Amino acid sequence: MNEKKQETKLVSIPSPNKIPERDLGKMPVLEATHLGIDFGGLTAVEDFNIAISPTEIAGLIGPNGAGKTTVFNLLTKVYQPTRGAIFLDGKDTHGMNTIQVNRAGIARTFQNIRLFDKLTVEDNVKIGLHNHIEYGMWNGIFRLPKYWSEEKRAHEKALELLSIFDMQDMANVQAASLPYGAQRRLEIVRALATGPKLLLLDEPAAGMNPSETSELMDNIRQIRDTFGIAVMLIEHDMKLVMGICESIAVLNFGKIIAKGTPSEIQNNPEVIEAYLGKRKEV
Amino acid sequence: MLTYLINGISLGSVYAIIALGYTMVYGIAKMLNFAHGDVIMVGGYMAFCATSYLGWPAVPSVLFSVFVCTILGIVIEKLAYKPLRNATSLAVLITAIGVSYFLQNAALLIWTSNPKAFPNLVNFPGITIGSAQVSSVALVTIIACIVIMVALTLFTGKTKMGKAMRAVSEDKGAAQLMGINVNGTISLTFAIGSGLAAIAGVLLCSAYPTLMPTTGSMPGIKAFTAAVFGGIGSIPGAMLGGILLGIIEIYAKAYISTQLSDAIVFAVLIIVLIVKPTGLLGKKIKEKV
Amino acid sequence: MKNKLNVKNIFCGVSKKSRSGFINYGIVIVFFIIFQTLSSMGKLTNSLSGQLIPICVYVIMALSLNLVVGISGELSLGHAGFMSVGAFAGVIVATSLQNVIVSGSVRLILALLIGAAVAAVMGVVIGIPVLRLQGDYLAIVTLAFGEIIKNVLNCLYIGSDSHGLHFSMTDSNSLGLDADGVVILNGPMGALGIKKLSTFFSGIILILIVLFIIQNLVNSRAGRAIMAIRDNRIAAEASGLNIIKYKLMAFVTSAAIAGAAGALYALNYSTVVPKKFDFNTSILILVFVVLGGIGNLRGSIIAAAVLTVLPELLRQFQDYRMLVYAIVLILVMLITNNEQAKAFTKRIFRKKAKEEC
Repeated sequence: MNEKKQETKLVSIPSPNKIPERDLGKMPVLEATHLGIDFGGLTAVEDFNIAISPTEIAGLIGPNGAGKTTVFNLLTKVYQPTRGAIFLDGKDTHGMNTIQVNRAGIARTFQNIRLFDKLTVEDNVKIGLHNHIEYGMWNGIFRLPKYWSEEKRAHEKALELLSIFDMQDMANVQAASLPYGAQRRLEIVRALATGPKLLLLDEPAAGMNPSETSELMDNIRQIRDTFGIAVMLIEHDMKLVMGICESIAVLNFGKIIAKGTPSEIQNNPEVIEAYLGKRKEV
Repeated sequence: MLTYLINGISLGSVYAIIALGYTMVYGIAKMLNFAHGDVIMVGGYMAFCATSYLGWPAVPSVLFSVFVCTILGIVIEKLAYKPLRNATSLAVLITAIGVSYFLQNAALLIWTSNPKAFPNLVNFPGITIGSAQVSSVALVTIIACIVIMVALTLFTGKTKMGKAMRAVSEDKGAAQLMGINVNGTISLTFAIGSGLAAIAGVLLCSAYPTLMPTTGSMPGIKAFTAAVFGGIGSIPGAMLGGILLGIIEIYAKAYISTQLSDAIVFAVLIIVLIVKPTGLLGKKIKEKV
Repeated sequence: MKNKLNVKNIFCGVSKKSRSGFINYGIVIVFFIIFQTLSSMGKLTNSLSGQLIPICVYVIMALSLNLVVGISGELSLGHAGFMSVGAFAGVIVATSLQNVIVSGSVRLILALLIGAAVAAVMGVVIGIPVLRLQGDYLAIVTLAFGEIIKNVLNCLYIGSDSHGLHFSMTDSNSLGLDADGVVILNGPMGALGIKKLSTFFSGIILILIVLFIIQNLVNSRAGRAIMAIRDNRIAAEASGLNIIKYKLMAFVTSAAIAGAAGALYALNYSTVVPKKFDFNTSILILVFVVLGGIGNLRGSIIAAAVLTVLPELLRQFQDYRMLVYAIVLILVMLITNNEQAKAFTKRIFRKKAKEEC
């Protein structure tokens, strides 16, 4: 990490959170306050606070078992939080389910890839586009004009989205038969197709080699720039996290132990301790 | 009133014994063994042959029936289910249905479709509790059910083989790595389940003494329902489900309608599953995201 | 260069889907022509020509169940229940309109439509509670509903006279019919004195309509959603799909199709009893679907047709035929799930696919 990268400056907002300076004055796309969940007496996440501005790339890191994926599951309402609130564009998501949260603008990928295995790559993307294709069951069965025009639009849109990762040639391949890296990329495309304001990526670089990872970094930045959306990612690859995230939150034992810019996090003694363990006093 | 309750518990005990077989096999092999009901029928015919053709007394006849069914269970598992251990559950289900057809039609060829009158194996008079007359068959059934329940609970909880069985049902791969003989354990489960089915067959035929190749189907389906009712995979659940089902059936027959009693039993099952989707004592397993 | 490849790929994909669909229509039509010709030449045995309409019925049932089991991925063990509801609804319509509508084909069409509609309503009633459950629990509840339908129809008495339809749950005397009234549904004795309206031709047309509906549904937005939910429910939820809506759509469509098949079946005989549509019938149809290949419509058509005729062909074995059937069933399952056999067919299939594209 010798290359000198210009770090985005973080500034405080009214809530106890910081966002990139350029988004100051804009409503955060996501804000979680005092979020917490218990599993049968065991507290998995406690007092989780975060704000993500509309064009931010945020990172969530922490040792294994720290509760990172649980945070994603809370944000997407796979689990209903025990405590706290989640605001999407300033709107409380209380009482929403996974489906409604997705329609409201959060899309995600999964740590253990979850594709529609028996569908083609193109159909996987079209599922992402599902709520943007407008024709019903009868139009489909009787192949009315609406079917043809909407399917054509969906087909073009799907190929356009696939071209981000240069995957348009694989459109007719069955999803399960894709190589591992391509499956991860397809999941991102599918999430993107749902038209989110915030994209949650759960270990997008897991199992990728260094050149694939650096390509992925460019892709994530490109996605943020072209779609103008926020990205929040969980990742163990520190090169990726430090390279593209503007703000980073560190989770340990379900609690945020540090927040800040990449360089602040790198030099935070508590973070180093969480990752490497306590230095023994001699 | 009390008579109905005792009759219900007695019928429920038969269902419970059959349901134990379903639930143990489901727990360990994760398969719906639709041929289980037909093993009951085979058990009934075996006891019938031993007493009527060979003139054996009651106890040896029952033991003979249990022996034959145990062997049958192991053979079915080895020939039909073991090769499908890694196949889809639907493939195993269809195979089980094939085995069920096979047993029914083999019985049809051997014993024809004429109903056989099952001999009376229980030769002592019934007792009277308060206003209720309890038949000797009902008494034997309930006692048998309690003995089996206690024995099975001790077996799965205390013995090495029982613990192996629980381990295999939790995680086959891990159990194998711990040095447990997975194939042997599965065979043992089928053996126990089929042996219990034989006992259930004898008890069922003693209570309703007509024996036909299709005798086992309906009790099989109902016991299966009982297993799901109590939470499939759970031994106390099968017991509870079976007995409740028996009581509901007898009361529905007595107070509502004989013809609609089955419909009522199934309706209760549906209501329970809608309120508690994994049955009365079933554990809720949520897929990890 | 890249673009060209692209266009070709898409073209190949789309045409492959619709080509496969057209082959299915073709198979059905060819089947019709062959058997119609044989029948008019008097070359078919009585028992075989009596099987023509049941073949159509079971083909439709297999297609219908494949929509639930193969496309939607839920195991249903009570599909005969929908067939039963459709059958008796169809009989009631056809019989009560006997003096109103003269044309038999119009009555048949009405009976099929109403049979489908009533079964669809039943599908909604059952589907809403059932589809919240998963896996084996869903299977057992469908089984339970199938048994309930059979049981209730077993004690249902329906008659018609100049005042309209009369219902009773006790016996046919309590219907209180006028002198001119007829008992349509007589409890466990079922429907008696049905006028035969179904024809082989109408059965074939119904198969084609059902194929049209299922194939087009599968290749549309809704069908994609149904299959996505089957493949990964959690990811489907995260993609904003309404799970219950699409599960219900597949289930109700399937129920409606089964209802129409039931009406076609009942109007082929003079008597139909509720017991006919029991658990064993549900299982029989499931066997067609599994042997034909789960999710494979063409497989369902062929398996249903062959396996309906097979017991007839095994007639020379007399008593042994059902035993043979059981053994064949077990062996087929063992062979199709054998790793070596699978690898072998995969190799052949791959070669073929390469040659095609």
